[in-house]
Amino acid sequence: MLELLLDPLFHLPFVTGLLLAPVAAMVGVYLRLRDEWLAALAYAQLAGAGGVVAVALHASVMLGAVVAAGGLAVIKGLLTRPGNDHYVIFILVGWGVALVASAFSAHGDMVGKSLMDGQLYFTGRPHLMAAVALIVAGVLCLPWLSGCLLMSRFYPDHFSANGLSARPHQITFDLLVVATVAITTTSFGVMAAFALLFVPAWIAWRLARGWVWVLWLAAGIAVVAYLLSFVLAVALDQPFGPVLVLVLAAMSLLRWLPMPVPGRR
Amino acid sequence: MQPLLVCDGLIAGYDRPVVGPVSFDLYAGEVVGLLGSNGAGKSTLLKALTGQARVFDGCLTRAPGLRMAHHRQQPVRPRECPLTGDDLVRLTGAGRRTPPDDVARLLDCRMDQLSGGQFQIVQIWACLGSPADLILLDEPTNNLDPEATTGLVRLIREGLGGRTLLVVSHEADFIQTVCSRVVPVSP
Repeated sequence: MLELLLDPLFHLPFVTGLLLAPVAAMVGVYLRLRDEWLAALAYAQLAGAGGVVAVALHASVMLGAVVAAGGLAVIKGLLTRPGNDHYVIFILVGWGVALVASAFSAHGDMVGKSLMDGQLYFTGRPHLMAAVALIVAGVLCLPWLSGCLLMSRFYPDHFSANGLSARPHQITFDLLVVATVAITTTSFGVMAAFALLFVPAWIAWRLARGWVWVLWLAAGIAVVAYLLSFVLAVALDQPFGPVLVLVLAAMSLLRWLPMPVPGRR
Repeated sequence: MQPLLVCDGLIAGYDRPVVGPVSFDLYAGEVVGLLGSNGAGKSTLLKALTGQARVFDGCLTRAPGLRMAHHRQQPVRPRECPLTGDDLVRLTGAGRRTPPDDVARLLDCRMDQLSGGQFQIVQIWACLGSPADLILLDEPTNNLDPEATTGLVRLIREGLGGRTLLVVSHEADFIQTVCSRVVPVSP
């Protein structure tokens, strides 16, 4: 069974997932920084619903996912203090819409199932190109964006006190989240995307000492979980998404390791 | 010399006015204290300066290009937080200055591993060490014991470097020790 790992059929999905996993984990770190970790599931669920609705409208699944997640970003921007309660409503709406829309056609039903099951193997060249574009965009804007997001969190009146607008970095971050969630959801499935956004950041938040280490640790955990899941899913002939979710759930036990003490990295 | 900041008959608050009218000028290099009882609206006045509270009446004039740093009465401190003191001072630009020994020994710790007083000292240095022209300190003696308060006075004197400081406190002794001028604040 393991010889399947070397099958050229799996090369493209493997590379796509390998690029996306650490990006999703790092975006998850910033969502946690902003206390928006539940937003990750709302984004993923709505992106999934958008993908299924797109099938019913004979449009691209990824485009539907981006539009739906983008819609949530706009609504979130309009709410002055979006709490987790709002995100629960979006999660429920996304789940309901995805299931109802998938009932309209056999193709919609298949896409809906793959988004819920999380079949990485169905990803194609557009996903790979999108993942590469996402990484390039992330590398270009993260140095500026990271400082702004941290200042917003720990010194909330820095921007108003100095006559600066917080909108540019807020909108840029929302766009980055929308793109990451849409691509990750259409590649990994809804719950696997959420797990990648939530679990590595959650573990790293507990174990790392220093901001840079949080980012690297979250990315490293995501890569290890991804590689392990890929091998297990192929070897056991199981859908990728649930295997990744279970591996990440098992890795969450790492949170109970002792916290770092000053003087040792 | 032009003032950095002019407050003229300022009345500020949130849904309704909380403080004022208050009038004062701030000049470069001054250390001014806002002194008043609990609930007098001192913190609201600082928030009005940073755009976080509503100005109902009066005039607030800032020198062009004025950079401010604000140490809040209750700085943001998540229950679990992997950022170190070093991350915090780099963020505000205070990482470019050599910190006093009292601060330097705390910078390697995660923020959630610092005591309330230690966290307060790191936060204050993050503001004092920043390149801001005007530094606003809101109740900087919170969580500090008498020894740490003495250290804070030293930190302010060494860290200010000729810049302007506006301090809010309900502790008259601290204000008198640190400030060159005091502005009384009442609701």
